[in-house]
Amino acid sequence: MPVIHIDGQEYEVEAGQNILQACLSLGLDLPYFCWHPAMGSIGACRQCAVVQYLNPEDNRGRIVMGCMTPVMDGAIFSLNGDKASEFRRTIVESLMLNHPHDCPVCAEGGECHLQDMTVMVGHRDRQYRGKKNTHRNQYLGPLIHHEMNRCITCYRCTRFYNDYAGGTDLAAMAAHDHTYFGRHEEGVLQSEFAGNLVEVCPTGVFTDKSLMKGYTRKWDLQSAPSVCTGCAVGCNTLPGERYGKLKRVHNRFNAEVNGYFLCDRGRFGAAFVNSEKSLEYPGLRGEDGRFNALDHHSALMHMVHACHAEEGKNKVAGIGSPRASVEANYLLRLLVGAENFAPGFSDREQPLIELALALQQDSPALIPDIQTIESADAILILGEDLTNTAPRIALALRQSVRNKAYELAAELRLEAWQDAAIRNLAQDQRSPLFIASVADSRLDDIAEDRVALAPDDIARLGFAVAKLIGGENISELEPELQARAQAIATALQNAQRPLIISGTGCGNAAVMQAAAQIAQALCQAHNRAMLALAVPEANSLGQAMLTGPGAQSLAQLSKRAAAGKLDTLIILENDLYRRGPKASIDALLANVANVIVLDTLDNATLSASSLALPAASFAESEGTLVSMEGRAQRYYPVFVPRQERRASWIWLLAVMKESEREEVSELHSFDDITRACASDIPALSGITGAAPDAHFRNAGLKIPRQTHRYSGRTAMRADVSVHEPKQPVDEESPLAFSMEGLNRSQPGSLLPFVWAPGWNSNQSLHKFQSEVGGHLKGGTAGARLLLPATGTSASTATQPDATLAPSAPQQPGQWQMVPRYKIFGSDELSVHSPAIAELVDPGFIEISSDDARALGVNDGEGLVLNKPDNASQGELLTIAVATLEVRLNDSIAVGCAGYSVGLAGTEDIIAADKLVLSKADNWKRHKPQIIGSDGGGSTGGDHV
Amino acid sequence: MSLDRPLTRNVRADKSPTDMAAYEANGGYQGLRAAMGKLSPGDCLQIIKDSNLRGRGGAGFPTGMKWSFVPMENVSTGHKYLICNADEMEPGAFKDRLLLECDPHQLIEGMILSAYTIQADVAYIFIRAEYLLAADLLRQAIADCHAKGYLGKNILGSDFSLEMHVHPSAGRYICGEETALISALEGKRANPRAKPPFPQVSGLWGRPTIVNNVETLCNIHHIIERGADWFQSLGLTEDAGTKMYGVSGRVKNPGCWELPIGTPIREILENYAGGMEDGYKMRGFLPGGGSTDFLVEEHLDLAMDYDTIGKAGSRMGTGTMIILDDKTCPVGFVKNLVEFFAQESCGFCTPCRDGLPWSAQVLDDLERGRGRPEDLETLARQVSFIGAMGNTHCALAPGAMEPLASGLKYFRDDFERHISEGGCSFHTGGVS
Repeated sequence: MPVIHIDGQEYEVEAGQNILQACLSLGLDLPYFCWHPAMGSIGACRQCAVVQYLNPEDNRGRIVMGCMTPVMDGAIFSLNGDKASEFRRTIVESLMLNHPHDCPVCAEGGECHLQDMTVMVGHRDRQYRGKKNTHRNQYLGPLIHHEMNRCITCYRCTRFYNDYAGGTDLAAMAAHDHTYFGRHEEGVLQSEFAGNLVEVCPTGVFTDKSLMKGYTRKWDLQSAPSVCTGCAVGCNTLPGERYGKLKRVHNRFNAEVNGYFLCDRGRFGAAFVNSEKSLEYPGLRGEDGRFNALDHHSALMHMVHACHAEEGKNKVAGIGSPRASVEANYLLRLLVGAENFAPGFSDREQPLIELALALQQDSPALIPDIQTIESADAILILGEDLTNTAPRIALALRQSVRNKAYELAAELRLEAWQDAAIRNLAQDQRSPLFIASVADSRLDDIAEDRVALAPDDIARLGFAVAKLIGGENISELEPELQARAQAIATALQNAQRPLIISGTGCGNAAVMQAAAQIAQALCQAHNRAMLALAVPEANSLGQAMLTGPGAQSLAQLSKRAAAGKLDTLIILENDLYRRGPKASIDALLANVANVIVLDTLDNATLSASSLALPAASFAESEGTLVSMEGRAQRYYPVFVPRQERRASWIWLLAVMKESEREEVSELHSFDDITRACASDIPALSGITGAAPDAHFRNAGLKIPRQTHRYSGRTAMRADVSVHEPKQPVDEESPLAFSMEGLNRSQPGSLLPFVWAPGWNSNQSLHKFQSEVGGHLKGGTAGARLLLPATGTSASTATQPDATLAPSAPQQPGQWQMVPRYKIFGSDELSVHSPAIAELVDPGFIEISSDDARALGVNDGEGLVLNKPDNASQGELLTIAVATLEVRLNDSIAVGCAGYSVGLAGTEDIIAADKLVLSKADNWKRHKPQIIGSDGGGSTGGDHV
Repeated sequence: MSLDRPLTRNVRADKSPTDMAAYEANGGYQGLRAAMGKLSPGDCLQIIKDSNLRGRGGAGFPTGMKWSFVPMENVSTGHKYLICNADEMEPGAFKDRLLLECDPHQLIEGMILSAYTIQADVAYIFIRAEYLLAADLLRQAIADCHAKGYLGKNILGSDFSLEMHVHPSAGRYICGEETALISALEGKRANPRAKPPFPQVSGLWGRPTIVNNVETLCNIHHIIERGADWFQSLGLTEDAGTKMYGVSGRVKNPGCWELPIGTPIREILENYAGGMEDGYKMRGFLPGGGSTDFLVEEHLDLAMDYDTIGKAGSRMGTGTMIILDDKTCPVGFVKNLVEFFAQESCGFCTPCRDGLPWSAQVLDDLERGRGRPEDLETLARQVSFIGAMGNTHCALAPGAMEPLASGLKYFRDDFERHISEGGCSFHTGGVS
């Protein structure tokens, strides 16, 4: 390792770093702005200047930029000499020429990198006498507030937004000291990752609009380590609370899961916790059909009574939830018995998720974390619209395709942090990414080739690729597809680290099997093939692990209910109306006398219950979730739930305790449940490793949820009482609802906020990292439950049932329904966040303009979706399934129509159904028709 | 045929353009014809190296050495580029315009030979947007060259092919910086790029690229045709060749002349520019355009070459002098320049983007009688903050500080009087 000299001290540093990285990793404070650990160096702000000396005799030295100067053995630097310090002070003074003195009213105040750096360099008195430049701000949508006057022109925003995240509608405009960062015209920022601007901007140009609506400074936020429940990626988050409201979500660094960035669903969707639909009291449906509020003890007694199984008389079943914790699901399964427990998937997705788990358990391929995904040098995506189903993975893939650029850079001996130089060198040369999907996607711009196919054809293409890699000949494909398969196979075979991605997204088992077969074929040739399979929800995979294959399905339960064999049904955090057609869910619930629902927000299922119990949200409870890569991760209550809300595991444990159930006699705490689950369920045996148990102490102390500057604990509730109550005690975790304790060097799973002396902003993170940009000092959060299978023989799960025939030719007037996902709207909970709700569209159906012409509809008009009634003989009878707005999208696979998953009006559509489309009469347009449009314009990919 | 004024030998008194016929009639494209037959790219490179030709855009970097960094092996895949920097925007400079408008073929022949030397297959002439006449003439000349087989596939029957394009600049000073020029040519913001990597290795579209000034490229075919020794013999000092010198300001005959490099400044001023206008005295001059340090009376007998001017504390730059006379306020003169450079900053790095407007603001206060005693210290601080190469991302801001730094040195009295007298005595009423 090179040795460098800084201010007379010798330091051993990592080769290949720059001086800024080296200094920060050594714990030396060197101010900076434009550099970012995930985005590298461009040398714009000139803030990290140090003085470099040619040799020990050189006593003048010259100013160099730390971020642009590679470490070299024997190099001599001064950080703290007058020349460097004076220069850095003048840089801040220059940046302050036009920066307003509005810290007291700025949402960034108190966690502002510019404030920190200003203090750090010692700038105080301004000498500039001129007027400050001012700018007009833009409306950038409901998520981000824009305040251009505060800009210090570090270029981080456009570098993140465009270079890193692939956005196209934010730019640096104008020049000199009028450089303006914004959109070419006002409007909603189109990137799914725009929210990261809040954390990337070193000052208050881009701030969190929803935080500003009920503003709290960072130091007054109570926060705890949490895990995003928006999808199955399991990004680590830091939600902050005050006054019982979730105020904002920041990224919690996890090198292997989400690095420095979140998607906007995760960042802004968690505010569903504050929804007016959230339940505060238990409710019991009375004789009149209306709910009456209960205290929690009475509610508990009702539930105990309903669950009391008299021999042969009262039959109890439970429906768990892929969005509820492992622990809550485990307890419900314990309560009702495994044979009476349904995991809570829809009938369509249950086998898919079981398959996704089996394929990953059996695959010899590496199940990659995000760092590994970013190392991939050839990628094939089969059928998954990642930007909308696992957004953070899509962002990672934008970095994977840059590996080609890094290869080119290595030839010129350019260090990986030379961001601008490498981008200029590589231009649009990328590592190959192939996408086979039902229609266009947001990753198309970086794809070498993209083909739109019906799901079965995607699978056929995939199987062909696997065969080609295995050295077999293929003949079953159409010539054009065959050429594509060959190109894909060649690219994957030539790669060092090929990655195959698929998932449950297009609702087709064969697609996932094909992906697994390709990965397996590659493993036989390579050692480092990777297989990633996306699943829909935060704990989908954990749920499949809990039940194993062959668990009760909703259909099976419905059948039992219809036969009068169910008296009580307990539904855990699950809106069944999102899991099946309304008629069948109505029937299921009608056939059971006692429907007990535990949930956070009011929903259709809860409204149909006889007893409703308010379940604490992820922000008010603890639990373990298993992400799509099989990583068990723990989340902790950020704040104590108000009124009678309780974590579902607490309700369920209490019921079993009251019922004197023997299984729980030894279970007293959350940790007990986790341990019991780990020992009962082999697939989940690793969950205890997700985080330390409640006995963990950090150097003898608990870990504070409140910052050392937390203020107003008395004033906050002065409208109620001026006596400050005792802080709640958290017996279930090593965290404390308090300012006391030690937030330093603890395991990554227990990091409630980042803050270090002199570093008030999120840039203080590097003080918690082993080296700047590296893993957290206390270790990376989470425990991997999936390890690559050792053998390379094909397991049964990876075998397709049969070689698929080409998609059946389209029946005249019928279209195959293919799911189209929306980052804003397709999941259940984030749409209850007011900011996200503004971005959610009504349901729609995407068809090609040819199909639209044949059907006689235009963009924005209505289509009725009809199911052919097979029972009827002779003349064609149909049942209307939905009426939706038409969106023209010429990228959609022939014979297919895309329906917006999760958006209003699409509840009864099932993937792969063949439906009859006809023009809707009396359709009222949502948007005025644009006269003289260019044909309607494809909307695929736009999220607003 | 004038051999001691090669660059301007086709320049007519009425400045009318030399077309293909006239150019060929005067021996044009003979150098190209000769070279394509018998010289290898390596031979050409050696001749240019031996000639000691230095870049005429301002920096004076040896052209042969610059070219020698272009990889010549293992670049079979992909393009190499030659770019002519015709984005002449240096305050005071109009020498390239003369060459472009009067003899476009000279540039093109030079570019073909340069491209041949580095084996570039695509060449761009990145031309200042306002040079409409020159751009039209170049387009015509390129078309004529295609017709004659001097451009296009297999030039003159060789296996060398070259396409040439004229690309008008969108019009900012910074586009003349070679890496900003490349960014602009790629359709990006015209921000300069950090070096390394140098354009010779990773330039336009990430490919090996050479950017040379118009005047530099105009020299090439003469050197290849007549040899390095001939070129060396043209200069009066260590430097080789001739140089386009220009003079602007209150002189009797402002203009632009091709003279042997190393011609004494006094000779240029008095023999060619005709001396100062009656009633004006010279107080100082910027020898190489707006971004060079002032020189004064005592420097008039220096030879106008790279090293001599460098040793005197300035730069020969573009070789186009701007004269400061005794009826013009040096503070206002400097302010005008600093404001220009502040305006032309690309906005990328802090010292330039925010430091130049700060300097301009202080100078404006001095001019308007709002100066304070500490202002001169502030300006001196600015000079060391912005002016040192390496403190900024590119050379624009250090260049912008040169007239200010030297102005503070040579005309300190004027600066101080602006403060003590509460304004500028050159303007009636003291305030502009």
